[in-house]
Amino acid sequence: MIAASAPVKEQKNYLNAENGLKSWLLTQDHKRIAILYLLSVTVFFIVGGLFAALIRLELTTPAGDMLDSNTYNKVFTAHGVVMIFFFLIPSIPAILGNFLLPLMIGAKDLAFPRINLLSWYVYMLGGTLGVIVLATGGVDTGWTFYTPLSTTYSNGYVVLTAMAAFVAGFSSILTGLNFIVTVHRMRAPGLTWFRLPLFVWAHYATSVIMILGTPVIAVTLFMLMLERGLHIGFFDPAYGGDPVLFQHLFWFYSHPAVYIMILPSMGVISEVMSTFCTKKPFGYTFIAFSSVAIAVFGFLVWGHHLFVSSQSAYAGMVFSILTYIVAIPSAIKVFNWAATMYKGQVRLTAPMLYAIGFIGLFTVGGLTGLFLAAMGLDVHVTDTYFVVAHFHYVMVGGAIMGYMAGIHYWWPKITGRMYNQLWAKVSCCLVFIGFNLTFFPQFVLGYMGMPRRYHVYPAEFQVLNVLSSGGAAILGLGYLIPAVYFLWSLKYGAPAGDNPWGATTLEWQTSSPPPTTNFEVTPVVTTEVYDYTNAEVPHIV
Amino acid sequence: MQEHSEHHIVPKRVYALVFATLIVLTWVTAWVATVDLGAFNIYVALSIATFKASIVVLFFMHVKYGTRLTKFIVCSGILWLMFLLFVTMGDIWTRSWMGVPGR
Repeated sequence: MIAASAPVKEQKNYLNAENGLKSWLLTQDHKRIAILYLLSVTVFFIVGGLFAALIRLELTTPAGDMLDSNTYNKVFTAHGVVMIFFFLIPSIPAILGNFLLPLMIGAKDLAFPRINLLSWYVYMLGGTLGVIVLATGGVDTGWTFYTPLSTTYSNGYVVLTAMAAFVAGFSSILTGLNFIVTVHRMRAPGLTWFRLPLFVWAHYATSVIMILGTPVIAVTLFMLMLERGLHIGFFDPAYGGDPVLFQHLFWFYSHPAVYIMILPSMGVISEVMSTFCTKKPFGYTFIAFSSVAIAVFGFLVWGHHLFVSSQSAYAGMVFSILTYIVAIPSAIKVFNWAATMYKGQVRLTAPMLYAIGFIGLFTVGGLTGLFLAAMGLDVHVTDTYFVVAHFHYVMVGGAIMGYMAGIHYWWPKITGRMYNQLWAKVSCCLVFIGFNLTFFPQFVLGYMGMPRRYHVYPAEFQVLNVLSSGGAAILGLGYLIPAVYFLWSLKYGAPAGDNPWGATTLEWQTSSPPPTTNFEVTPVVTTEVYDYTNAEVPHIV
Repeated sequence: MQEHSEHHIVPKRVYALVFATLIVLTWVTAWVATVDLGAFNIYVALSIATFKASIVVLFFMHVKYGTRLTKFIVCSGILWLMFLLFVTMGDIWTRSWMGVPGR
């Protein structure tokens, strides 16, 4: 893909260029900031996972015998808030996006390195507020903060929790701003828009959502804080407000937020598919524009969360139709990935297995979303485990599988070391099996009528709940094993070389780990993206 | 490929004028709140607020002198706000179209 690239030689890289804690905490290098995010996001993933474990443990029996009702409410709220605001939303953009976007476009850094570092500190401030809430008693509203529960009736630390999400949102805005400006202004010579890797297109679309949507949730949470703290009426009918207005404002951001989670994963899958099929992604332009289409149409479907909230039936019909429409660009991607594999030189490496797993799980998640877009059916399954299963198929089966695919794919570039392929494949299989065992029974539970957010349930639901909890244990093991072999690889892993997978995008043309300035010589792009004409396909064990 | 924008130097007089306008309009906002305009109360207040926001965006934030891309980004933000407001209001406007069974 490139005409001039970095000469391969022993050199300092971003990891050893400077030493000491101060060099990390004050770094402006996008790669080091990505590592800071990796560490902090991983901590929040573990915390959120522990809350999930508590939920599944409680639900193994029909009686509420481990957690009382109030504690259970706080536990599922903590799980949702931590996983969504502090893990899923920042995970791929702030870690892989931060690390790779400049490398993929041949730039030395993001457009605003100081703002990039600021975004991490803002994220940590939001996270610290969240931890204070957890340590001092928690909150019981659910991650959705619905009014009037949150503004009037809840006894938890609602304002502080909303403040945590409010602050973390600004981190997201800063990252999105940085990505958009970087893609517009810092592309290497010859790197036209249609030579950009699909990962960059996906992050560009994600950034648009971050910038246009996040301010709305910030304002909404601010209004919630004003109403709860100062009794200024927005949502409470007693003050002339409308509780459904909160849901409109909340979901105007929070539905597109699902695309903040899933679009970057789709970008990862496009890269992994191309590399391990040794083939340009089928329908490159369609995949690129479908990312933009998802970003645009994703903003127009929020009302499908309000079908049973006294929303007008006419508004509901419009939202229902728009929700069906937003499935089209997602389907375009899935069909194109499948077509990429067709007659490709497929290599079943660990990242590729995760990518294939993503396609299967995301397809289930996406198609069950269409069930929920049907107003009549939605009335039956609203606030049941069917919905819980659906969004976990999208946000865990989709977003986290994509994240895992990305971490496994770029780990050699990030650290310069290879990890054990066999263990990686084993853990991928465990994640796939564990995930399906956890969440597929929840579709059945939901259809049978088990509501979400209750810790006591009729005895006939126990078998499916035990299956689900057993699956969660396997899933947890599947997530734990990579931590072991990744840490092992840092010391004992074989040197990765610059391009261990035989990929064609620019980040693989520099050394592993990359130098602080990314490239010794600014690359000049003269060929089309994903050009495998002269690519060497290495044998990977 | 790269788009270059010129750094426009805005005369201090313009800033002073915008600042004075904002102060005056703030005073007008406070004053008009004491006058009962009936159904027009909200429209007048929102018109003044919109005008104030517009001159802040155009002059203090330099959008008037920005590139077409900058203007496009700003306009898309406004468009998205319109989506939010009109679609949300669309719900409220049409709630009464369908009667409640039994009433």
